[in-house]
Amino acid sequence: MAERLVEVKDLKVQFATEDGIVKAVDGVSFELDRGRVLGIVGESGSGKSVTSMTLLGLTRDKNTRFEGEVLYKGRNVLEMNESELQEVRGNEMSMIFQDPMTSLNPVYTVGAQICEAIQVHERADKRVARRRAVDLLKQVGIPNAESRVDNYPHEFSGGMRQRAMIAMALACNPDVLIADEPTTALDVTIQAQIIELIDRLKDEFNSAVILITHDLGVVAEIADEIIVMYAGRVVERAATRQLFYDPQMPYTWGLLGSIPRLDREKQERLHSIEGTPPSLIRMPVGCKFRPRCPFAFDKCMEEPDLVNRVEEPKHLDRCWLSVPEKRKLREATIQGEVAAA
Amino acid sequence: MSQQTNGAGPLVEVESLKKYFPIHKGVLGREVGRVHAVDDVTFSVREGETLGLVGESGCGKSTLGRTIVRLLEPTDGIVRFEGQDISKLGARKLRPLRREMQMVFQDPYASLNPRKRVGSIIGSPLKIHGVKAEERKKRVQELLATVGLSPEHYNRFPHEFSGGQRQRIGVARALALNPKLIVADEPVSALDVSIQSQMLNLLDDLQRELQLTYIFIAHDLGVVRHVSNRIAVMYLGKLVELSPAEELYQRPIMPYTEALLSAVPIPDPDLSEQRERIVLQGDVPSPISPPSGCRFHPRCRYMTDICREVEPPLTDYGRGHLAACHHPLNVDKETLAQVEVSRRHTPETADERVSPQEPGKETAKPIPGSR
Repeated sequence: MAERLVEVKDLKVQFATEDGIVKAVDGVSFELDRGRVLGIVGESGSGKSVTSMTLLGLTRDKNTRFEGEVLYKGRNVLEMNESELQEVRGNEMSMIFQDPMTSLNPVYTVGAQICEAIQVHERADKRVARRRAVDLLKQVGIPNAESRVDNYPHEFSGGMRQRAMIAMALACNPDVLIADEPTTALDVTIQAQIIELIDRLKDEFNSAVILITHDLGVVAEIADEIIVMYAGRVVERAATRQLFYDPQMPYTWGLLGSIPRLDREKQERLHSIEGTPPSLIRMPVGCKFRPRCPFAFDKCMEEPDLVNRVEEPKHLDRCWLSVPEKRKLREATIQGEVAAA
Repeated sequence: MSQQTNGAGPLVEVESLKKYFPIHKGVLGREVGRVHAVDDVTFSVREGETLGLVGESGCGKSTLGRTIVRLLEPTDGIVRFEGQDISKLGARKLRPLRREMQMVFQDPYASLNPRKRVGSIIGSPLKIHGVKAEERKKRVQELLATVGLSPEHYNRFPHEFSGGQRQRIGVARALALNPKLIVADEPVSALDVSIQSQMLNLLDDLQRELQLTYIFIAHDLGVVRHVSNRIAVMYLGKLVELSPAEELYQRPIMPYTEALLSAVPIPDPDLSEQRERIVLQGDVPSPISPPSGCRFHPRCRYMTDICREVEPPLTDYGRGHLAACHHPLNVDKETLAQVEVSRRHTPETADERVSPQEPGKETAKPIPGSR
């Protein structure tokens, strides 16, 4: 069996704010093995970014409270001190951020920013670091890497900046690569390039990937397993094919139905999930998706646990509807035929 | 979508529109080059229809949208709105026309003033055009209801809203003066997919209720399919394909369109694996010195010598489907033969109902047996 790299056990992250306690992540668990791609899918505010940033200890603050465990190769990241964390960050786990326009420093050259990570973690001298930076830029597909390494970020296009970000994240051969909405700010054509690149580099660097997105279409091709998050918790978790061909949670149906599909006949109306995600300070009673769910009934006032309800043992969901009922309602919802409640 | 477009005349006609941005350098500020943002684009938009305008970043689609509503001065060419040439009108003469043309911007975080309340944001176009205060408030509250917000939101600030709700505020502001034309510049690309579909449905409903005409700019062909009657594909400042929406998805002619279509992710792991992905290499070349011949040739997988040398004219392939390519895809032999003949002898045979475009106008060079 492949090596277990990350194990998150019942993670809770809460922020104390002036308005009250924000329960950003509320009981999330998952595992990640070497060579695998985990997709985390959900709307803005569902806690997917907070989860991933917590893996790197980036959410630490005096107003933050953590519960549960985040194990990286058996060591709890939540209990590491700052210098231990420094060793992990960039070196063993690294992150590609969403917006390549703002996450590069505009006053340093791209090369200098890549070299920094190499020099810090490997204590390499300048010349070695620079040679590695050029190699990395070549690997992520930047043409004329030898001269491009001395360019400033503004001289790169959006897609190239994202490639440079990926080069930077890979600089120290990390075991885990966390990509937080790596393609949201990019054109569809560039999105296709970047997803392909991440998939290829994962094999070349023999690492594992956590891919965070709000668009299920993006993860369809490369994820092995997907967790769907809503209001800080996991509402469905399954192997990719299982999730796409037998989704159990009405929220997942909504996400699938709202993607305009080119492989099907044009629909009269797109399915949309009405309303907005709930406030993380005052959450609804019972199932958190109940206020937006077209199929809610009295039992939904009680929150369902994340348990296995179908034949496939690793497929978990949080929905009270019976499995045959769901399979009946599902197609109509995804096809956009059911008007939302 | 609405079928009432048949028979309606054009609301907007664009003829050989050009927009170049000069590049100045040195102490004397001499012009050293030009960005060819929009380069000789011709099309028309019928009343009540939605024209989708698609292309990658930097292809000039936003510039085109902004030039049409005269937020930018055209370098050359004509823009007609309801038959009147507006491309050379002065500011005062333009003012009454501004009511008829409005924009919805891409970024709902940047396009609303954070210091102003929603009421005054939506009310400001009304104020500029001289609507009295009490009436203004009533109208703004109506507008809030129209776009699916609550009238109580009148006194709130933009930061109190989510991205999707902010975009609704942007739409309400655009609707304030009962415009005929709305240019929506990537109105959903900053939103989550679930919210995207809400917005698309809203725009669809508003069009039906208020008889609006949209120019809908996007980089994602999946999104525009849902709202558009016709779709125009742009590449490096040029219009490379123009077609009725479903026709474009079934039979793309231009290889660039084919590539754009194949880049749209399919939320189905098996289909996604089976289909052939044409991943376009590299980025859009610089519009300062665009490639010779067909501007797409450096990234095109069907490229031959002729593509490097001769710019293909926008040619009518029937059914209102126009494309500019030396190696058209999905065209049967008969149509191709007809097109070859018409290109050589009768350059006026374009289906005038579809567009005032004359095939062969740009290069006028006959290209015998290009495939």
